[in-house]
Amino acid sequence: MNLKPKKRVSSPISTGSDWTYELVDQYYKVIEEIANDFGLDTYPNQLEIISAEQMLDAYASVGMPIGYNHWSFGKHFIKNEQSYRRGRMGLAYEIVINSSPCIAYLMEENNMMMQALVIAHACFGHNSFFKGNYLFKTWTDAEAIIDYLIFSKNYIAECEQLYGIDEVESVLDSCHALMNFGVDRYKRPYPISMREEKRRQKEREEYLQSQVNELWNTIPNKSSNDEDKNQPRFPSEPQENILYFIEKNAPMMPVWQREIVRIVRKTGQYFYPQRQTQVMNEGWATFWHYTILNELYDRGYTTDGFMIEFLQSHTNVVTQPEFDSPYFNGINPYALGFNMMTDIRRICENPTPEDKRWFPEIAGSPWQETLTFAMQNFKDESFIAQYLSPKLIREFKLFSIKDDEKEKKLEVTAIHNDSGYQEIRQNLSEQYNMSISEPNIEIYEVNLSGDRSLTLHHTQTNNINLADTASEVVKHLHQLWGFPVKLMSIDDKGKQSETASSPAKDKTKI
Amino acid sequence: MQIIDRRLNQKNKSTVNRQRFIRRYRSQIKKAIADRISQRSVTDIDKSESISIPSKDISEPTFRHGSGGKKQRVYPGNKEFSTGDKIDRPPPQRGGNGRKASDNGEGDDEFSFQISSEEYMDILFEDLELPNLKRNKLKKLVNYKTIRSGFNTDGNPSNIDIIRSLKGSMARRIAIQLPLKRKLKKLQAELALVDKEKDPQHELELVETIEAIKKRIKRIPYIDTFDLRYKNFTKLPQPTTNAVMFCLMDVSGSMDQQTKEMAKRFYILLYLFLKRSYKDVEVVYIRHHTQAKEVDENEFFYSQETGGTIVSSALKLMQEIVQARYNPTDWNIYAAQASDGDNWNDDSNYCHKLLDTNLLPLVRHYTYVEITDREPQNLWHEYQRLADVHQNFAMQKITQQNDIYPVFREFFKKQSIINQLSPRAKG
Repeated sequence: MNLKPKKRVSSPISTGSDWTYELVDQYYKVIEEIANDFGLDTYPNQLEIISAEQMLDAYASVGMPIGYNHWSFGKHFIKNEQSYRRGRMGLAYEIVINSSPCIAYLMEENNMMMQALVIAHACFGHNSFFKGNYLFKTWTDAEAIIDYLIFSKNYIAECEQLYGIDEVESVLDSCHALMNFGVDRYKRPYPISMREEKRRQKEREEYLQSQVNELWNTIPNKSSNDEDKNQPRFPSEPQENILYFIEKNAPMMPVWQREIVRIVRKTGQYFYPQRQTQVMNEGWATFWHYTILNELYDRGYTTDGFMIEFLQSHTNVVTQPEFDSPYFNGINPYALGFNMMTDIRRICENPTPEDKRWFPEIAGSPWQETLTFAMQNFKDESFIAQYLSPKLIREFKLFSIKDDEKEKKLEVTAIHNDSGYQEIRQNLSEQYNMSISEPNIEIYEVNLSGDRSLTLHHTQTNNINLADTASEVVKHLHQLWGFPVKLMSIDDKGKQSETASSPAKDKTKI
Repeated sequence: MQIIDRRLNQKNKSTVNRQRFIRRYRSQIKKAIADRISQRSVTDIDKSESISIPSKDISEPTFRHGSGGKKQRVYPGNKEFSTGDKIDRPPPQRGGNGRKASDNGEGDDEFSFQISSEEYMDILFEDLELPNLKRNKLKKLVNYKTIRSGFNTDGNPSNIDIIRSLKGSMARRIAIQLPLKRKLKKLQAELALVDKEKDPQHELELVETIEAIKKRIKRIPYIDTFDLRYKNFTKLPQPTTNAVMFCLMDVSGSMDQQTKEMAKRFYILLYLFLKRSYKDVEVVYIRHHTQAKEVDENEFFYSQETGGTIVSSALKLMQEIVQARYNPTDWNIYAAQASDGDNWNDDSNYCHKLLDTNLLPLVRHYTYVEITDREPQNLWHEYQRLADVHQNFAMQKITQQNDIYPVFREFFKKQSIINQLSPRAKG
């Protein structure tokens, strides 16, 4: 450990439960000092004091400080407000925004302990994760996000002025339906920024339309005039980024709509790393608030009462209800993440023979380096596949269930014993694999010479069908594309069947 | 690190989005409100309302995995299972174990939320406008309030503003005296230098001129009409915000409690409606059987009387009250009459006459609702003749509670449209 010898201060920073600016400032300073001692690398911080109502506001816009207007945000706001008022939902203690400076919200209702907890959790936990994790590094640009949000809000407001709220709303609806299909999973994107966007927007407007016209040129090409059948398929390879494809290739789409598609796509891209690192991100932040606050106590900055209160909140956060509990709602990312992070530290510091067998490369290594390496280079799926230890599987009493539609009963395929560890680890990891948890849908073909119809392929895994909502989404897609859209499903054996199409086929003939 | 206090910033950043939501689902919300008004207790009609709309209408579709197929999931908290155990599928309902079978599905069938009483009223009274609003704008009752508005050079002596006038006088005097005084000073200085012995002639001249100037200075009036400033007053038109609503109801034996409840709802709707346009709305309750009486609300709705029915008694009483207390030039008068259609046969004709000549010219709007499922009787026919002639008279029949709202809408359908159309139709 690189920690300086522990110095104890004579008196704690505060004894009461109320917070003041001075206290927040003092706590921040010592927490920062401890975080530096632990070597956490962060963006600068900005703390914002907000009220509960404002927290609800922030919820509605998914934590974005500025967002364009859309009814769906209103719906979420109403929903949250409703459950909050009825006492069904407590508010999150914190919301933190992946930007530079990193903005963390402190609720005025929280007491001093809570504020310190949030500072440690958000300003140093999440913040260092945003700065260090490879997904965030490649997919988001913390410096530019706020600018981009302002740009998109203004652009959409402008469109509403020009084309009417309803018109813009329906484009946004359609884009939102496809928001999760707006990223290239295997290609790395350019980070987004407002300056860049503004500069390029004008060029793009002109360029885009000419591109599209090129593609849809109706004047027959001399060479391919009589060999339609040999015309290469377009796109030449299936495209997973549906929104991108629409933006670039939709035949009749006005330029402003392309721009909106782009905005939604870019916003979706911003959230993409968050969806893939929930366990790690929360686990990392929770691990650090726990470690930092304990250090705070060891150095004498806090009272016993503070710690008892802290431990109570902390325990609530990292509780994992069992599968048959009424509170069970899937695996709690805080619990899993925190325990895995703590477990890695344990394996480094006090490895058992079992750990040495399972994790020969990290058992006994310096824990801070090992943990930072894990934080920087993994996402949930690979993190679990790499680091979930048999000890944790035993502690969580994990078991794996096979649910096959064709069988009458569910089957327990693995439990927390020697023969089950590998499988459970594998299965849990796959649960966080986006290419498995989300259906695999790609743009397969556009009928260039005929009716311009668009064909999508859904490649099934394990014979899992698409939910009924698919036909609605296809309608939205049709609206964007402007010409018929067809969604084909391909099952495990390679058999194709039509899942949905828009406009709907006339069924009276059948 | 910096701390920013955002609490003072505008709250309700989501208000726009909330309004967008309501805007989008207006038709559903309207339907929900229409469904509720018939069930709603009259006393809390002014409160916020909880609205439910089917959540499938507001869902945001995405591509998701459906049910079926082969799935493998990991759960925490194993107790008695060992590898290879077969377990029954949990029943697919919500709650308990069932949850895990559908962790993707959304359980709620209804999306319910609160709308404020403001929003409730807005939607309830959407498309409705005050009766005769267009024409009211022209001949709306106007009182004048006198307010100060600057100063004037002309006016009534009692409005003279002394300070301003005296300031003016002083300024004028200074302005006129100054060149004379300057001259005087010069001459006096000259006089002091003149050798009296040598040049008496010149001295005399000087003394004379000085005297003349002094006289001129003296002649400058202390105050002149030019100085006078009068406080200026203008009359500011103040549209009357007073309205009175007359509730007339038959309480004879033939009106049962249920019918009265129905009438009550109608009155409350009307009251709320007026309340939105007028600051103060007074309500006068007149109930009648063979005799009419002004009563309080409780007695109006809940006391039972027996006997025959003479409608004109109520109309006469209303006219008296208007004369005594509600001068039609100061008050916007509305009236709503509810009855089951029974009336003393000879009386109906008299009612027609009373309304036609005495009452309808005084009121902004008069509505008549007949709550019955029988054939219309004499009174109805007589009133029908009124409806043909008077634009501010409307009548409808209500048979059940759900009718009230549509009928109410019918009454106060945007009159402007009708007003715009009718002259053209005639011309």
